[in-house]
Amino acid sequence: MLTGDSQKFYGLLFGIAFSTLLNTQQLTIFVNLIERGASGVYNAPEAEIWVMDPVSRTTEVNYAMPSTALDEVRSVEGVEWAVPHLRAPASVRSSTGDLEGVQIVGVDDATLIGLPERLLATNKSILSQPDTVLIDDVGIINLFESGEDPIGQRLELNDQRAIIRGVADAIPSFTSQVTLYTKYSQALNYVPGTRNRLTFVLAGVADGETAEAVAQRIEEQTGLKAETREEFAQAGVDFIIQNTGIPTNFGITVVLGFVVGVAIVGLTFSLFIRDNIKQFGALKAIGVTNLKIMRMVAAQAGLVGAIGYAFGIVGTVAFLWGFSGNPFFKGFYIPWQIPLISLGAVIIILAITGWLALRSVLSTEPAAVFR
Amino acid sequence: MNETTPTVMDTKAIGGRSAEAAICARGITRDFKAGQSTIRVLHGIDTDIKPGEMTFVVGESGSGKTTLISIMCGILWPTDGEVKVFGTDIYKLSDAELVNFRLENIGFIFQQYNLIPSIDAAANAAVPLIAQGMRVGEAREKAKALLEKLNIGDQADKLPNQLSGGQQQRVAIARALVHEPRLVVCDEPTAALDTSSGRRVMDLLREVAVAEDRACIIVTHDNRIFDLADRILVLEDGLVTHDGTDMPDGH
Ligand SMILES: Nc1ncnc2c1ncn2[C@@H]1O[C@H](COP(=O)(O)OP(=O)(O)O)[C@@H](O)[C@H]1O
Ligand SMILES: [Mg+2]
Repeated sequence: MLTGDSQKFYGLLFGIAFSTLLNTQQLTIFVNLIERGASGVYNAPEAEIWVMDPVSRTTEVNYAMPSTALDEVRSVEGVEWAVPHLRAPASVRSSTGDLEGVQIVGVDDATLIGLPERLLATNKSILSQPDTVLIDDVGIINLFESGEDPIGQRLELNDQRAIIRGVADAIPSFTSQVTLYTKYSQALNYVPGTRNRLTFVLAGVADGETAEAVAQRIEEQTGLKAETREEFAQAGVDFIIQNTGIPTNFGITVVLGFVVGVAIVGLTFSLFIRDNIKQFGALKAIGVTNLKIMRMVAAQAGLVGAIGYAFGIVGTVAFLWGFSGNPFFKGFYIPWQIPLISLGAVIIILAITGWLALRSVLSTEPAAVFR
Repeated sequence: MNETTPTVMDTKAIGGRSAEAAICARGITRDFKAGQSTIRVLHGIDTDIKPGEMTFVVGESGSGKTTLISIMCGILWPTDGEVKVFGTDIYKLSDAELVNFRLENIGFIFQQYNLIPSIDAAANAAVPLIAQGMRVGEAREKAKALLEKLNIGDQADKLPNQLSGGQQQRVAIARALVHEPRLVVCDEPTAALDTSSGRRVMDLLREVAVAEDRACIIVTHDNRIFDLADRILVLEDGLVTHDGTDMPDGH
């Protein structure tokens, strides 16, 4: 009978769809944003173990080690290979004279391990040319706001010359900071000199060993901190969660989406029940049990819920698709848990509001139908 | 009359039943709370309703007609007294048994039709059968056959709001009869209709509803249809003051 009342039907549909859209979209943005805390890890896909000074926390929050750490790691049993990896902030002067903070990533000269998997419009061998840096694709927008072609552009880093000769298809960092990739030996020139500059050692695991076991062994033998790829990615995510207001902000929006859903759906539901209370009374007089009435309303609510939910999910997908060209949304995906959470929220909204609205039906005396 | 009129009840018209009272009401009183005080609306009513006829309950507004039939059809508990419907002491049943008793034995017609707005006429008429557990398709077929009999077979696929008041009340009649109940109660069935469509609806009701083993109670104060009654009970201030085949003189 709900489906026959188009005004209320669409009211319910809107409430559910709106709530689903808001929840799914906000949770998706939230998850993808905090996952950017791990972008440094994801952008170096070959590394199975990250070795670092015990005080380092993430790819960005790090403290350099003595260069002897590399050999120490290489000597640990189960380590197939180990390469140096440098990550340090620097300032760059662009062609227009602006100063921009960038992240320098120095990758192993010999193997180039530590580079993102995909390069755009070039290949990895370009790094052997003198003074070469690669820029991450999202960084281009920050560094070249007027839209010039970055390839061939000269930059000044720590009074050294750098020439952009390629673009890395990388996941942006949480702050969307410009990242410049270069050889380790070159990076040492771009980063102001301090005694220790080896920030990470990236390691691979020998056949028949697990990353966990080898990381454990590295820690025991070297006194350094060693984390598997998954652990270190998680550490990056946790750092964002702990050090930003993001969980609170998104949490508030999601709660609001839920509350607005409850409000719209609840109001429409109870209006519907009130308009049809005589019909429900007639059904009760005729001999339709409360259970059957509840089942009937539940089936209809389920139908509206399913359609509204589908709209909400499609809306989220359309939203992400529509913004897929926007660097802010680069690499965004919808984790499978999020539609499930939204579905749970829809079910809870319908259960709460449906139950509240149905209470009056269940308590209606069938005799009221004659009045 | 029952011999000549075709009824949907032919299969149920078992001879000999008619001797038994359809409703046997004894000492019915009903009080309502009105603020601090309690008012007695029915003052000990004793009456039998016979099957095979149409019994009209008439009286002024507020005389207790609705209260009385509500009690007689199992939707309102009497403060005192006993109601047997076809031998069953209905207020001794459990709640669930009473609900089921109504579903199996009683058809209802309301002043405001109370059809479900979102389902078509056939589905509305089929509600009792569906509630009894019949498959929807089969229930619709039965309902359609009855709608034919009520001359609105061609409206079976329409929604209630696409029908006139008289047509809606005929759908409601179909809903009241589709499950072949032994008791049909109607509260002011013509109150929302104009004279001519009210008359047509009542003629049809008389034709289709009256059956040998079925009792029909009709509450009305519509004197234009009094001639359709087999028996008239007049209620005044909660007491039956007249019981006969015609209205008392002076009314
Ligand atoms: N639920 C109720 N609560 C209080 N008073 C009621 C209730 N139902 C009926 N009454 C009172 O009982 C009297 C008879 O009502 P009713 O049976 O509806 O009369 P009728 O149908 O003859 O107009 C009226 O005075 C009415 O106000
Ligand atoms: Mg009344």
